[in-house]
Amino acid sequence: MTERIVIVGGGQAAASCIAALRSSKAAMTITLVGEEDHLPYRRPPLSKAALVDGPSVESLLIRPKDWYEGVELKLGRRACEIARKDGRVILSDGEQLAYDKLVFCSGSRARQLSDKLGGNLEGVHTLRSIADAERLRSELVSGRRVLVVGGGYIGLEVAASARKHGLSVLLVEAGERILGRVASSATAQYLRSIHESRGVEIRETTGVQLLAGDKRATHAILTDGSEHAVDIVVVGIGGLANDEIASSAGLETSNGIVVDAYCKTADPNIFAAGDCATFPFGDRSIRLESVQNATDQGEVVAASLTGREKAYAPVPWFWSDQYETKLQIVGIAHGHDDIIVRPGQRDNARSIWYFRQNELIAVDAINDPASYMAGRRLLTAKINPDRANIADPNFPLATMLAAAR
Amino acid sequence: MPQITWRDVDGAIIEAEVPHGKTLMEAAVNAGVKGIYGDCGGALACATCHVIPDDDWADRVGKPGAMEEEMLDMVDGIRAPTSRLSCQIRSSEELDGLILNVPGGG
Repeated sequence: MTERIVIVGGGQAAASCIAALRSSKAAMTITLVGEEDHLPYRRPPLSKAALVDGPSVESLLIRPKDWYEGVELKLGRRACEIARKDGRVILSDGEQLAYDKLVFCSGSRARQLSDKLGGNLEGVHTLRSIADAERLRSELVSGRRVLVVGGGYIGLEVAASARKHGLSVLLVEAGERILGRVASSATAQYLRSIHESRGVEIRETTGVQLLAGDKRATHAILTDGSEHAVDIVVVGIGGLANDEIASSAGLETSNGIVVDAYCKTADPNIFAAGDCATFPFGDRSIRLESVQNATDQGEVVAASLTGREKAYAPVPWFWSDQYETKLQIVGIAHGHDDIIVRPGQRDNARSIWYFRQNELIAVDAINDPASYMAGRRLLTAKINPDRANIADPNFPLATMLAAAR
Repeated sequence: MPQITWRDVDGAIIEAEVPHGKTLMEAAVNAGVKGIYGDCGGALACATCHVIPDDDWADRVGKPGAMEEEMLDMVDGIRAPTSRLSCQIRSSEELDGLILNVPGGG
């Protein structure tokens, strides 16, 4: 029997799932529903290189157009409703697609600053899509003043890109420090000092009280009482899972569509992968917004769909580029109770090793790819390194990997 | 247009014409070369586009940069003296006829 597979959402997870489904050579038809007009493309560069050089759709595409031959493409349309009883997806233009298996790769969207705070004024940007990047890029003109709201990766990357364009940058973070949810204070402090040395003003424990202006945001009042004239505001305050239609269809959601280690929902015909999925990780459930997670979960879904089930047990990894600084992260530092800062082999290189109950759980590597790679291999092989060795900058990490070879 | 040949993880031969300036990682992904993922899109962040040029080609392909060198040093699987991350190699006339081996295990 030829199975009809419908993928809702056209990003990194979808592209990965399609690639893996095809290589399985199982008899199936694949339909891809994507809200944007574009084929699946890479989002990470949108806040980095693409914001400096201008985004080029062609260079961002994960696969070229002809690669999708044989996949039915329904782009520029949204899935509005899932009728699970009779296995149909209803699209925004009224078309109905029958499915045997449905895969949510619906991603996440940027959390917006509320209208009450002026989030709906012109000149206030969020950054998720090529269209967002094009809009923002066109406003990055030397001499302008940009307020970046949120000291997460997107906010910091936008700050770096804006400085490259010669804008003045004020970045505010409502939490105690930048990267509060995602990195140690050692990493945050280092990145903070790099930004400050490049002329970015960073104010922590400071939020937006109000953005004001007639039509366009022209000034900002901050929670520290200060007032600033602004030309552009970029809001990077996190992402929300696109899980509403799953929820409306009666599937369990909790900060994302709830799936098991095989990316299955409670409905045996429905799966989810990537930013939109909440999955078991250790003793809790998490949702990740990353290329690694989208790619690997896309493959896990394909494996489940073709009867070669494999449980998802990731060693998550991420990266960020800010100015000439490369940050590479492996593992999840959540719940760490100790860190070791290890100087790297060259200037401006260092790594931060995170431990929980004496067990290595994550590494942040700053301009230090060797430590990143070593950390990735140790975590993958579940080798717990001797902390004294990590703390000794002259100890060659490669020797610890002998067992992992 | 420069022609590039890959010997993939399973030993299969894949050939493609690669426009000038395009990275050999992108070209490999587009051509469906098994074992080349390019997960980070060429940001030198993931080391999933490892290739080993045939010996005769090593000089023309060139040496890795410092960051690339560090990643290769710790790459999963076999690292050869001529190993490169193919996101850091761009197609050019000089590379017409290049043969790249894709090592297993990374």
